[in-house]
Amino acid sequence: MSAPLIKWFTVSALLIGLYGLYLGLFVAPTDYQQGESYRIIFIHVPAAWMSLFIYMVMAISSGIGIIWQIRLADMVAAASAPIGASFTFIALVTGALWGKPMWGAYWVWDARLTSELILLFLYFGYMALQSAIEDQRSADKASGLLAIVGVVNIPIIHYSVEWWNTLHQGATVAKFDKPSMHIDMLIPLLLMAVAFKLFYAAVVLVRTRNEALYRDRNRRWVRELIEKL
Amino acid sequence: MLKAYYHLLIRDLRLALRNRHELANPLIFFVLVVTLFPLAVTPTPDALEAMAPGVIWVSALLAVLLSLDRLFKQDYDDGSLDQLMLSPNPLMILVLSKVTAHWLLTGLPLVIIAPLLGLFMSLPMEAVSVLIYSLLLGTPVLSLVGAIGVSLTVAVNRGGVLLSLIILPLYIPILIFGANAVDVASDGLPVTGQLLFLGAVLALAVSLAPLATSVALRITASR
Amino acid sequence: MNWSEFFNMGGYAFFVWTSYGLTLIVIVANIISPILQRKKVIARIKRAIKREQLTGG
Repeated sequence: MSAPLIKWFTVSALLIGLYGLYLGLFVAPTDYQQGESYRIIFIHVPAAWMSLFIYMVMAISSGIGIIWQIRLADMVAAASAPIGASFTFIALVTGALWGKPMWGAYWVWDARLTSELILLFLYFGYMALQSAIEDQRSADKASGLLAIVGVVNIPIIHYSVEWWNTLHQGATVAKFDKPSMHIDMLIPLLLMAVAFKLFYAAVVLVRTRNEALYRDRNRRWVRELIEKL
Repeated sequence: MLKAYYHLLIRDLRLALRNRHELANPLIFFVLVVTLFPLAVTPTPDALEAMAPGVIWVSALLAVLLSLDRLFKQDYDDGSLDQLMLSPNPLMILVLSKVTAHWLLTGLPLVIIAPLLGLFMSLPMEAVSVLIYSLLLGTPVLSLVGAIGVSLTVAVNRGGVLLSLIILPLYIPILIFGANAVDVASDGLPVTGQLLFLGAVLALAVSLAPLATSVALRITASR
Repeated sequence: MNWSEFFNMGGYAFFVWTSYGLTLIVIVANIISPILQRKKVIARIKRAIKREQLTGG
């Protein structure tokens, strides 16, 4: 069905990821301010991008599922949630590990970390609702609607957290300054982002296939497929 | 349409007034939770004043959250929710009417009792008036957004914790701006910006939340 | 640059390698869990087929 695609995504994610890691860990120069600790950004920043990107994918495919009644879109949304939550978790943990040498504490109520934490709660809410409703179709629709409501709220949440943060920590040095980033640092960062996206594509395909098998477990096509295995 | 709105509103208010003790529960909860805080810390006026905005706002949030069940649960159980959905009136209007009733029965009492809690927490007078304004703008949003959550979870057994899990993250902006307005006001600074933000969020919620709620109700009913 | 210098990460070894290690764990978990899920789904369907053949004959 989608096996060649999955293989292609996996292999290219692995190759690009390894090349990105090589450039990030060996080639990129030491940061003059943060020393070697800045090398965490090669996973932290792409993971943070992914956390938001996957939530958008979830909301958009939920919207498609609700409006045009396309089951595949619902399955993609449901399959995305655990992957998105994983990337959000990575972004949080690496952010904390980066924060310790930078701020002197693992957890500081920094705007980005706080927003990531709230995003993680949004993912948990989606997954909890999805698993709480017995009937598969309405579970998809209900959690899909929640994802859409969440997407409408994310800019508001983000704005208020930013605002709240500047209010309480006006003196924090901007550690996440990007504009002056060295090109040798930017390239591995972008490569890692591409690798994460390809990885997500591969995993979401496998998960969607599982969802399809499970949901259609009483249909003939699944039965025939299984008997051939 | 307006007629349907008023009819449903009056029906809900009447039903609620029949069991008054249940009506008082969120209010008592609100006062009780706020009372716990001075007992848990050193109750010097300075310390209390510093944490008052946050404590009062978080307690209001939780009080509304606990009362959300009332919004659709009973109607769902006795089947009148299905009746509402069959009615020729737009579901959004009916949802808006139910939310209005919910706010009049929980949000408004919270706003009225808030000055007393301000007194408990030694808030200065200027901050108390801002507390009232911020609650007046914020609690309707809590009811509106909460309605989306309840309509998604009303058919789930023991959906209470689930409801908090999906709704509380959405309440964060209201909490930040509401509590901050009171905080800033107790330092004697202007709070127009914060109140304008709350007003803007209220406008957004009034226009979008009933739509989302009616879609959610249809999803719930299609089971 | 030699290897011990590389692993030392200018004194930030703990933070850098914990980050990379945890990320690796999460990524591997994301690879393994759908594979296990697939096996479970297939086994479940196979059992269902067998049951039906026994009872429905």
